[in-house]
Amino acid sequence: MIKNRKIDIKGFVIEGLTLSSALFIIAIIIFMLVVIINGGKSAFSWEFLSTFPREGMTKGGIFPAIYGTALLVIIMSIAAVPFGTITAIYLTEYAKENSFLSRSIRFAVRTLAVIPSIIFGLFGLGFFIKFVGVKMDNVFLGGALKWGQPNVLWASLTMALLTLPVVIVAVEEALKTIPRELREASLALGATKWQTIRRVVIPGSLSGIMTGTILAVSRGAGEVAPILFTGAAYYLATLPHALSDQFMVLGYHIYVMTTQSANVDQTLPIQFGTTCVLLLLTFTLNIFAIILRYRIRKKKIN
Amino acid sequence: MNLFKKKIIPEQSTGISFTKKRIRWDDFFAEKIIKGVAFLSIAIIVLIFFFVFRESVPIFTSNSKADKAKADSSKVNIAPVSKTEKQETYGAESNDSSPKQEQYGVTTEDKDQKQEQYGVTTEEPQKQEQYGVQTNDEPKQEQYGVQTAEDTTDKLANKEIKTENPSVETKTEDNNKNALATLKSKDWQPVSDNPRYGILPLLIGTLKVTLISILFAGPLAILAALYTAVFANKRMKEIIKPAIEMLAGFPSVVIGFFALMVIASVLQSVFHYSSRLNAFVGGIAMGLAAIPVIFTIAEDAISSVPKTYYEASLALGANKWQTAFFVMLPAATPGIFAALLLGIGRVFGETMIALMATGNAALMGLNPFESVRTLAATIGAEMAEVVFGDTHYNVLFLIGSMLFIFTFALNAFAEFYVKGHLIKRIQGK
Repeated sequence: MIKNRKIDIKGFVIEGLTLSSALFIIAIIIFMLVVIINGGKSAFSWEFLSTFPREGMTKGGIFPAIYGTALLVIIMSIAAVPFGTITAIYLTEYAKENSFLSRSIRFAVRTLAVIPSIIFGLFGLGFFIKFVGVKMDNVFLGGALKWGQPNVLWASLTMALLTLPVVIVAVEEALKTIPRELREASLALGATKWQTIRRVVIPGSLSGIMTGTILAVSRGAGEVAPILFTGAAYYLATLPHALSDQFMVLGYHIYVMTTQSANVDQTLPIQFGTTCVLLLLTFTLNIFAIILRYRIRKKKIN
Repeated sequence: MNLFKKKIIPEQSTGISFTKKRIRWDDFFAEKIIKGVAFLSIAIIVLIFFFVFRESVPIFTSNSKADKAKADSSKVNIAPVSKTEKQETYGAESNDSSPKQEQYGVTTEDKDQKQEQYGVTTEEPQKQEQYGVQTNDEPKQEQYGVQTAEDTTDKLANKEIKTENPSVETKTEDNNKNALATLKSKDWQPVSDNPRYGILPLLIGTLKVTLISILFAGPLAILAALYTAVFANKRMKEIIKPAIEMLAGFPSVVIGFFALMVIASVLQSVFHYSSRLNAFVGGIAMGLAAIPVIFTIAEDAISSVPKTYYEASLALGANKWQTAFFVMLPAATPGIFAALLLGIGRVFGETMIALMATGNAALMGLNPFESVRTLAATIGAEMAEVVFGDTHYNVLFLIGSMLFIFTFALNAFAEFYVKGHLIKRIQGK
């Protein structure tokens, strides 16, 4: 027997170490999910999802927070998705691969992705509220305070900046999967470049745009720091009905309930319930995006 | 795509002229608009830097004259005027409670920490001293008396008075000049009659938390990346990679909540330290946020090491693990370094986890089981109740621009130096 290999204990241990660290991370994720869902189960009911907070936020539901989150996410998508899609189109279709402009745009996008979210909050406060908003008030309303204060529009735009790189990266990836032959065929048939993009490239990348939107929504729904001082409110008795209103958000609601409320223990079920709702929301969106992305990648291989 | 570079010239077989091109206006405008929009992402970076920095500029410029005039007038006027004026702002912002209130909110869970935080906020004795010096006004003395009386009895009342005290004592000095001088001091006490904006404890706190979280997340994520890239078979890889990347989808406020509710209790029962929320808990929680960042980039870096390296090493008789640790890992070092840098950037600017899980007390010590206050958390906690244009406001923006510059530099370094290095190394130059 030449193949008398001795068992490599050292290798076994080392490989086991790397495997166990990977499994440890996954175990933490599952543990987090289980704890939060388990804790939130008791609070979870239709009433919890559809009513206002009552009795100084110690009872009742989280409907305004859900509504506010949806509003935030929708306005944010309206701003971020077209913007991100166009930037991605420029990067893949127009820009020369290694030109200075395209490299700087890529660098800017990556920088946007790593800037701490609190900086976006500061920017929203300094630019949207104190600069644009105050200017708008001075010009249109003669100094009356309407736009120069935190509201849902400024919060959504701030959030749009934060989620912009997410959209750009996802759309760019989808655009790259469109075969070169399709573009060439379109051009060969006499279509112009813009016609090609509009009729061939964009329809082909719709699933990518979709992925980008979902990921952006999931990110935007979960972030709190950018809206801390650009529009999120502690408690509101009414739903926001104009762009210049403040609003409640799930994430901020969690933060407020856990650290700022007077009786933390009493509201524990609500805290767990709210966290559970937020987690399930972002989690489902993420899984959805992963499936979509997987299908896009598969298409690329075929 | 330089496939578009060549303009397709439509039927010009008549041979009149090839240089005469019909301008398609919709094409022309589409390209210009798309280019303009794409350019905006660069503009945003510039704008962010400009506007965040702009709000912090007043600290450096000496617009002290206006401030002095204001201060003088408030000196001449008796305390009640300034009191009502200040109270208004506090009242308006009463929705978001002050950072102090927040500390209390957090500490209601634990008695030991409460004591510690009392010890931390040593402004009181100093304040008393100053009261002693300046006790010309009667109302102030009254309040002082009230404070000491209530101090022992009711925490809540104490809190209210404490937040009111600085409002009675409006800043009577030239604050902006002071602010610049106190930036290097060892105390972060923005809300007091003698505000000090020493960012040193905040910086130490941030570094402490960052170090802990990278020590926790770095090895874990890199080992996991090594497993996924080298050891795992294809099926295992397809499960583990998306599973770990799921962690990136956890909102930071959820991780913060988990840290506050679960990690803090578990770690306290293991290590038996006194303050429930501290740098260690915050560091572990932020590590959870950093793991997917480090894992994804490190895994990419290890996977992009050419397969020939792997095969050559195996052919020379090395084991799989020897190949992994002595061939693949060294070859991917620059990429892993970049992963760690971006992980540091993620932790450094993390706000919500820091707000919820680090205890938020600006301490100077190096003990990892003490409460800390990070730079980002300071902005998040205090920005809501500062007065617009106040020195405190400007200082918070200054901290913001510091954070921005730091993460920008980190990213630029990871981008240019490290990636250039990686390519060179793999190509064997």
